[in-house]
Amino acid sequence: MVDLSQYLPILIFLIIALGLSALFVFLPMGVARLTGAHNPDAEKLSEYECGFPAFEDPRSQFDVRFYLVAILFIIFDLEAAFLFPWAVTVFDLGWSAWIGMMIFLGILTVGFVYEWKSGALDWE
Amino acid sequence: MIQTLAFYLFAFLVLASGVFTILARNPVHSVLWLILAFFNAAGLMILVGAEFIAALLVIVYVGAVAVLFLFVVMMLDIDFAELRAGFVKNFPLGIAIALVLLAELILGIGAYRAGALELGVPDGSAAPLMDRSNLENLGTVLYGKYLFLFEAAGIILLVAMVGAIALTHRGRPEGARGHQDIGKQVRRRPGEATEMKKPEIGKGVEL
Amino acid sequence: MTAFFQSLGMNYEWAWFVATVAGILLIALPLMLAVAMIIYVDRKVWAAIALRRGPNVVGPFGLLQSFADGLKVFLQETIIPSAANKGLFLIAPIVTFTVALLAWAVIPFGPEAVLADINIGLLYVLAISSLGVYGVVVSGWASNSKYPFFSAMRAAAQMISYEVSIGFLLVCVILWAGTSNMNGIIEAQRGHGLGIVNGFFFNPLLFPIWVMFLISALAETARAPFDLTEAESELVAGYQTEYSSMSFALFWLGEYANVLLMCALNAILFFGGWLPPLNVDLIPWFDIPGWIWLFAKIFMFFFIFSWVKATVPRFRYDQLMRLGWKVFLPLSLLFIVLVSGWLMLTRYGVAA
Repeated sequence: MVDLSQYLPILIFLIIALGLSALFVFLPMGVARLTGAHNPDAEKLSEYECGFPAFEDPRSQFDVRFYLVAILFIIFDLEAAFLFPWAVTVFDLGWSAWIGMMIFLGILTVGFVYEWKSGALDWE
Repeated sequence: MIQTLAFYLFAFLVLASGVFTILARNPVHSVLWLILAFFNAAGLMILVGAEFIAALLVIVYVGAVAVLFLFVVMMLDIDFAELRAGFVKNFPLGIAIALVLLAELILGIGAYRAGALELGVPDGSAAPLMDRSNLENLGTVLYGKYLFLFEAAGIILLVAMVGAIALTHRGRPEGARGHQDIGKQVRRRPGEATEMKKPEIGKGVEL
Repeated sequence: MTAFFQSLGMNYEWAWFVATVAGILLIALPLMLAVAMIIYVDRKVWAAIALRRGPNVVGPFGLLQSFADGLKVFLQETIIPSAANKGLFLIAPIVTFTVALLAWAVIPFGPEAVLADINIGLLYVLAISSLGVYGVVVSGWASNSKYPFFSAMRAAAQMISYEVSIGFLLVCVILWAGTSNMNGIIEAQRGHGLGIVNGFFFNPLLFPIWVMFLISALAETARAPFDLTEAESELVAGYQTEYSSMSFALFWLGEYANVLLMCALNAILFFGGWLPPLNVDLIPWFDIPGWIWLFAKIFMFFFIFSWVKATVPRFRYDQLMRLGWKVFLPLSLLFIVLVSGWLMLTRYGVAA
């Protein structure tokens, strides 16, 4: 049974934490205007580069490996998600549930071995 | 009272961020609005008592799927003029899809009003046990009654994994420049890599 | 605490609300103070290992150094680069710090002293820490500058890689404890080692899991030797390059709050949390409040974190990914099989 009264503090915590962090970001901006520290100029506001204007758009295309890592992460994350309810019930359900999960892990290990052998996990 | 308030808060935020997901010009902003929508949907899940589903929504959708979306969208070079040109060309298709979805919605509402659907009589085996946690209830059903479907899900994940690698991975040939065999590097001993020489003065070393 | 406020003459709802807000502030404010002090400790430990003095000017023994830094940073100008996406640029530090605070809601400081005692406590921590990646990615992208963007991509890939193995390692702990409630996990460790030692680390099957968890925790929080996201020789200051003033400080605060959280998780999951180290009443240490034990354990782990940072050289990115995907992932899967198999044999018995 879910005790909703345990979640209300989390919601309140979220609101307080958001307020606190927003305060930390915006208060110094106001204070800087009052103290006169706020004094931007074009050079200061240009993006960081080693003393010259940037040559190209920084948001360039990326190595496809980053996408691959993200996709593999989704799959293994789902696998872990399946494991959580299993971990708390397997001792009530008995060997059928245990063997079932081992088959599931076995299937995914096949995929993992394929991944390894195809070199998808190599970063060179 | 607080539950009702929280429901309206989350529901409003889900709808609002859903609308902004569609309206945002910048695809990165779109994805971030989508994440906000997921997050609030998790809040709604907690309100109906499905805490595990809520955690999964955050772990899997917000923590994993949306990261992939963000990766893809951030690295796209988007030409807005080209997008607009496509808008006119694909307009009829878009209208057709919108009409189909509308028809489905009307059908769905009609079916809902026609009364409940009888899909066999519940045998009580899947009835929630109120004194146990969400996690345990779900585990009992998933790894007892629906074990076979669970294995099928495993196969689907395997297909997804193999598919992702086959589509995106361009393997380098073995021995190409930059290829590393970590095992080989670790096995290497100083004796194989270096050689001590004592050159005579003025003669240098022959390599 | 609700009862106390009720005794002041409030009705139950108000007493509950005030007690909850007080509890939240009691977690959030000391946490920020702890972060300030722990940065000082960190610098002192590195200094001691490198045979230096460390901060020693501001206040006695330099104790007030972090506060001086904080004040300086607070009075600085917030620079928003003209090429940046302004809204997202400011939201990123807010997200980082909020997420870092929020995970502490389920950390138990004593048998009763926990803000939200939910059934899925461990999953909640996992879910919240998986949000941490957004602060980094959004800051890198919104800065619209080369180094932050590269760093954000690296950080994102690194964090998600190690989250996989952390997820599997947590499953092993849940298997043994039989619950994902934080207090339930701590109670399961009472007298776990021969009835004497409180803690899962004493268990030969769980000890390797703890070692892997500790290393994954270093990688997840981008601490040395896995601090590739801010490898200054390659990426200037990483995703925070364009930040200044308090928005910059929020990244630091968030990072150290996350480090403390990982130390707390190490203490709670493997070293018995608020339980005293031994389950024997030799000296009356059951009378010492639980939070003191927890803080002592967190401090011990933080010392290990600093020690590692001062001693170990930085990994290369391919080595980092190799360790995560090719070593920890298969090992943690193997340990799930081993742990669950062993528990099935001992708890459920051989199939009839």
